Amino acid sequence: MNDGHKIRVVVAKPGLDGHDRGAKIIARALRDAGMEVIYTGLHQTPEQIAATVIQEDADAVGLSILSGAHMTLVPRVVELLRDQDAGDVVVTVGGTIPADDVGELKQLGVAEVFTPGAPTDSIVDFIRGAVAQPSA
Amino acid sequence: MAIEPEARRRAHQWRQEVYATQREREAPFSTISGHPIEPLYTDEDLVGFDHAERLGYPGEHPFTRGIHPSMYRGRLWTMRQFAGFGTAEETNERFRYLLEHGQMGLSTAFDMPTLMGLDSDHQRSLGEVGVEGVAIDTVDDMETLFSGIPLDQVTVSMTINAPAAILLAFYVVAAEENGIAPEKLGGTIQTDILKEYIAQKEWCFPIEPAMRLVTDMVEWCAAEMPRWHPISISGYHIREAGSTAAQELAFTLKDGFTYVERAIERGLAVDDFAPRLSFFFNAHIDFFEEIAKYRAARRIWARELRDTYGAREERSQMMRFHTQTAGVSLTAQQPLVNIVRTTIEALAGVLGGTQSLHTNSFDEALALPTAEAVRIALRTQQVIAHESGVTSTADPLGGSYFVERLTDELEAAAYDYFERIDELGGMVEAIKTGFPQREIADAAFTYQREVDSKQRIVVGVNDYRVADDELTEIHRPDPAAERRQRERLERTKAARDSGAVEAALGALRERAASGANLMPSMIEAARARAAEGEMVAALQEVFGTYTEQPQF
Repeated sequence: MNDGHKIRVVVAKPGLDGHDRGAKIIARALRDAGMEVIYTGLHQTPEQIAATVIQEDADAVGLSILSGAHMTLVPRVVELLRDQDAGDVVVTVGGTIPADDVGELKQLGVAEVFTPGAPTDSIVDFIRGAVAQPSA
Repeated sequence: MAIEPEARRRAHQWRQEVYATQREREAPFSTISGHPIEPLYTDEDLVGFDHAERLGYPGEHPFTRGIHPSMYRGRLWTMRQFAGFGTAEETNERFRYLLEHGQMGLSTAFDMPTLMGLDSDHQRSLGEVGVEGVAIDTVDDMETLFSGIPLDQVTVSMTINAPAAILLAFYVVAAEENGIAPEKLGGTIQTDILKEYIAQKEWCFPIEPAMRLVTDMVEWCAAEMPRWHPISISGYHIREAGSTAAQELAFTLKDGFTYVERAIERGLAVDDFAPRLSFFFNAHIDFFEEIAKYRAARRIWARELRDTYGAREERSQMMRFHTQTAGVSLTAQQPLVNIVRTTIEALAGVLGGTQSLHTNSFDEALALPTAEAVRIALRTQQVIAHESGVTSTADPLGGSYFVERLTDELEAAAYDYFERIDELGGMVEAIKTGFPQREIADAAFTYQREVDSKQRIVVGVNDYRVADDELTEIHRPDPAAERRQRERLERTKAARDSGAVEAALGALRERAASGANLMPSMIEAARARAAEGEMVAALQEVFGTYTEQPQF
């Protein structure tokens, strides 16, 4: 789907936690890497995030969660995207996600989960690669 | 005086003729905040240093060396571990566990919905009830939370800000219904709403009505709760959001001055409320920078309270502070190494003269801590207190060329920020323009770049890595807690007199519109079993809500 246009990424903060250090760092790193970045700001519902992704015609969405509510919020975003024919959008998650939950999130359709300590370059590279790959 | 040019000449000569011939490692010789550090500090760095004006004695203005004459020889700091998860019943059990293991005061972590003023039965609370802290919806939950704990003997700290006044009302009513009057209650409620807009970002109302609510509490507590600290002016979250040490120091103190100014404008005498203000700082991993930060903080606060705000009482000029080790310094990789980080950070807090301390648990980059991890964290403080010997003398690093110089430099950096904030019209206006938020985001980004490029080594993260370093046992939130909490709330709602609740909420709205102090009507509403979210919603009808302009 990405035929040479600038990669468009939504960086989103679902849920109630206000920890936005990671989200802002990633947003800036993606922008510096040449991508078009839309940052939703804080305290977004899954519905608001899905609407932003669709409205912005994004190639990828990065969900940053440090509230422990990822198993409630992430599946909901994935589901909403699928329901609205946006199931091909690359969904990544970043935050304090226990190892057991990482596998489960990937099964649900999350492309990758980045936990504390992940270098920003690895996130940039992953999104670039995943968007370039035609989805299976 | 002749010694001074001589000191300068010799230091200069050593640097040029001796040190210049040495090889240096490839490493950033700067603090974690990027502040440059010289290879050596000497008496040349303290030329013109006025000991009386800059240091004094412990327990004396400007309190650089500590606020008590005897410091830890008289009384150790309060070991106060922050705890909260699930329902009030589960957290009450953890509180009792901590008290049994020698903890001296309690500190309450609330869940995200409680911090945001949402009840557990609200749609937006789904998946977050009791996860990151304890869920408190009504005064019934507050009573359960402290059940069996003598509130007139233990001091209690509550980390809540936007809805702080409501939670204080719950606490006052819970104590009252157990026969304890407000004047007997000792402890702290965070209430620092400015740092919410700057860094922590849990809010309910626009900034101006939120400031009014803070001032209402300060006023009410000054009259009714002489042992209570109505605000804990917090740098902790500013630092966790990625600020430098100097930004943490500057923004926190400027927030503090702003609360002082509001209370004075309200007509309070500075000496009637300033002794009840307290602070909360981060203890990050850069050891000396942190110690210098605490010393500079005490000196600036004492000077400004006396000279700018006219405080006459020494207790008004003394900066009391709580310290927590840096959550942001913990790594998910090789988590046991976090015990070492926390030890270094805790030691900085103690050498910096803290009044109370929370040490993080080694597993907190992954989840809320297990009971075992919390016990090790508490033991870390006990080893520092009883084995290390650092408690025997006040301000052990006072007079160190390096520490004094660094203290001066951090102080100067803070005044530089004060000026820039004043040029923007003060802290409230600066926050509205996004100034502190931007400064912090820039600092966070710079640091991350240094780690990514390995200019700074973080052990186990970008060097010294091993495979399979994940912890197997972590605290998992109880998935049934959310349901149990909703049921608790349902029971309270079913048992209360709904007419009385409506009347109390109506009175709250009226007083909000009238500008009268809101504390008495919040206490009335708490007695009637109005829920937190109901009170917040009532106030939002008058005050409105807040949305941040997203920027990165």
